[in-house]
Amino acid sequence: MTTEPERYELAQGPAYRFELDRRDFFQLLGAGLVVVLTLPAQESGRGGRRGSGAAPKEIAAWLHVGEDGLVTVYTGKAEVGQNTRTALTQAVAEELRLPVASVRLVMADTDLTPFDMGTFGSMSTPQMAPQLRRAAAAARELLLDRAAGRHGADRASLKLESLPIGQLTKGQKLTRTIDAAVPISPPAGRSTHKVDGLAFVTGKHKYTPDLKLPGMLHGAVLRPPAFGASLVSLEPQTLPGVTVVRDGPFAGVAASTPEEAARALQSLRPEWKSAAQPKGQDLFRILKDQASDGRPAHTAGSIPDGLAASDRKLVQTYTVAYIAHAPLEPRAALAEWKDDRLTVWTGTQRPFGVRGDLAQAFGIPESRVRVIVPDTGAGYGGKPTAEASLEAARLARASGRPVKVVWTREEEFTWAYFRPAGVIEVSSGVTQGGLLQAWDFHNYNSGASAIRTLYDVPNQRIVFHPAPSPLKQGSYRGLAATANHFARETHMDELAHLLKIDPLEFRLKNLKDPRLRAVLEAVAAKAGRGWGIAGGFEKGSYVATAAGIDIHPRTGAVKVTRVVAAFECGAVVNPDHLKNQIEGAIVQGLGGALFEAVDFDGGRILNPRFSRYRVPRFSDAPEIEVLLLDRRDLPSAGAGETPIVAIAPAVGNAIFHATGHRLRSLPMVPAGLKS
Amino acid sequence: MPATLHVNGIRHTIDTPGRSLLTILREDLDLTGAKYGCGEGQCGACTVLVDGRPTRSCQTTAGAVAGKQITTIEGLEENGRPHPVQQAFLEVDALQCGYCTSGMILGAVALLRKTPQPSRADIVRAMEGHICRCGVYPRIVAAIQRAKVSS
Repeated sequence: MTTEPERYELAQGPAYRFELDRRDFFQLLGAGLVVVLTLPAQESGRGGRRGSGAAPKEIAAWLHVGEDGLVTVYTGKAEVGQNTRTALTQAVAEELRLPVASVRLVMADTDLTPFDMGTFGSMSTPQMAPQLRRAAAAARELLLDRAAGRHGADRASLKLESLPIGQLTKGQKLTRTIDAAVPISPPAGRSTHKVDGLAFVTGKHKYTPDLKLPGMLHGAVLRPPAFGASLVSLEPQTLPGVTVVRDGPFAGVAASTPEEAARALQSLRPEWKSAAQPKGQDLFRILKDQASDGRPAHTAGSIPDGLAASDRKLVQTYTVAYIAHAPLEPRAALAEWKDDRLTVWTGTQRPFGVRGDLAQAFGIPESRVRVIVPDTGAGYGGKPTAEASLEAARLARASGRPVKVVWTREEEFTWAYFRPAGVIEVSSGVTQGGLLQAWDFHNYNSGASAIRTLYDVPNQRIVFHPAPSPLKQGSYRGLAATANHFARETHMDELAHLLKIDPLEFRLKNLKDPRLRAVLEAVAAKAGRGWGIAGGFEKGSYVATAAGIDIHPRTGAVKVTRVVAAFECGAVVNPDHLKNQIEGAIVQGLGGALFEAVDFDGGRILNPRFSRYRVPRFSDAPEIEVLLLDRRDLPSAGAGETPIVAIAPAVGNAIFHATGHRLRSLPMVPAGLKS
Repeated sequence: MPATLHVNGIRHTIDTPGRSLLTILREDLDLTGAKYGCGEGQCGACTVLVDGRPTRSCQTTAGAVAGKQITTIEGLEENGRPHPVQQAFLEVDALQCGYCTSGMILGAVALLRKTPQPSRADIVRAMEGHICRCGVYPRIVAAIQRAKVSS
């Protein structure tokens, strides 16, 4: 299993990372057992420099069994709605053979948890879960050893659940460091409810915007009128009770209420210098014209030879608009300076990255910065960055008080970043018998994730062409896998139609990969007449999706009525939560498939509100059936992203079968199907 | 002129009735279960009940609901036990990130009071103004249908 490099995936870590002194932290832990798992740096996800010699050992996880018998596990991963807190808690509980309720996770706190690159790339389940399992398995064995020694009991008959595990260290603190060589169990594959669900349904969970500190001020940031505009001057102003900060390109205010901060911002008199920005209508021409030649992601044989061997050829262009993540919790941060130390609470997928950004921005060592991530109101790939943290920290430093910054919805839609727009050109050749001969695939700007095809084609050239983007762009759930699957699986459908072969049959004719075949066959068995079908692979997981649609006879509105998705990600960890992720990804994917698009012109976002940017709602949600192909014999892959990649082409193919209209641009029907 | 708010059965005197109910709840009364999501009444995250009716607190001034009974998510538990709708959301796992959940639950409570046996279409119509970006809609529908049985 390899993952294509993706330039929009999050940045690499620093070239060097020096050993931190963790003794202070361990002193805070009470008596009981501490298990520290160390791994080679490569495996811990920290990377390290290529060719830099022997990889240093890094701490990957630690686990504490307290005197009260409670197990606390420390991990740098963040919970952003993907329910990784539950999945990782399950992993530890299963390995300890203890109930889920006896395990607590401390997540994403740079002072308390081991370094972690970030929560992205569907890596928590395949990488972090086995690491936590190793720590838990080692703890289990140590505790059983001690219990057997103490009670003189038959070790094999002992169960942690019925032992006073908090007392086994006899009031002492026992620290054990282990390496990777600990045998672990495969996931049990049982459904468990969200471990702290009660706090959410009762409104008690505190997201970053809900946090308060004594003396806290509310911050607001001065935004340019358009992308590319720079602040020339800001008339000095004294507003009673308001801190006004101008520091280079940054300007903002802090006041005792959010309304006062908003009013203070309104009263500022900035002068801006604007820079020419492209027109929205020129987007795809710009991306195509200004793209670089790129480097092939894959080549095989020769495209001219493949085309020469083909009976039918097809050349088509597909486009993908910018879309917004629009997590319901906007970017937010609360910052406090105390005794020269900075603490920031923020919703981010990359706490250690944000710590680094803060340290760099303020010119202080990372050891003086702490970033804490409360379980967050979603990210979808959109929250690796530190903007709100930097803003709150700057205002807090100026005012000498804690400051909270919560972005408005309009700021979130304008000053975050978007899923990259793109142009994809496909040129293919196929024999009359339906065998692919040539596959020439060029993606301009949108990204290289899942750019390669799993279909068997003797002659291939697959190239990603980076381009300068008119708008700020970055990672989004599934990255460019959605765009590349849309182009590929639509094109496959077009070829099948050209040859008058059933679309599923055409795919299977050109496909040896047994895992992709399995998901395609599973959905095909359930799909209704005239449905669209699409399949794909990304980040270790396989998906196939079939969609049935209804078209309103008068308005042309397209309603996706039923979806069947087959998903295979190795051994299933929590079947019900996996289904939840797949259902959610399908619903979210329908937005980008049907109607979501960021409308812009001259550096301004024209639809930065939910009243003007349509997202899927209750009436858009189809009936969804999920088929899990549980492969107990394979390691678990992550599953938060891949289920999103096949819904758009499945719907597009269904629209074609129903109407004969082939739609090659995402979103496909922002204003319904025109007659 | 100060206004009197009745929130979850407790009386509060508010000196600034022109402020939004959402801000008063979150900033003055420390009831942060109601969320800011859009500020234009489009997402439903700020929903509270005013005399039993679902109301977008970001679009409502405190003065406009003076004297009325306001229920927030924090006031929904009865005798320390989750409300049947809260319980149903837990049982169906009708949440992922949970940011929309308070508003969803209050919208559902209001619907079930008016229509104890809602059809799927009733639920979609009543809940259309609530956004869940995690896309958990099918489960929320299932949770509401489950709660109708037990409430």
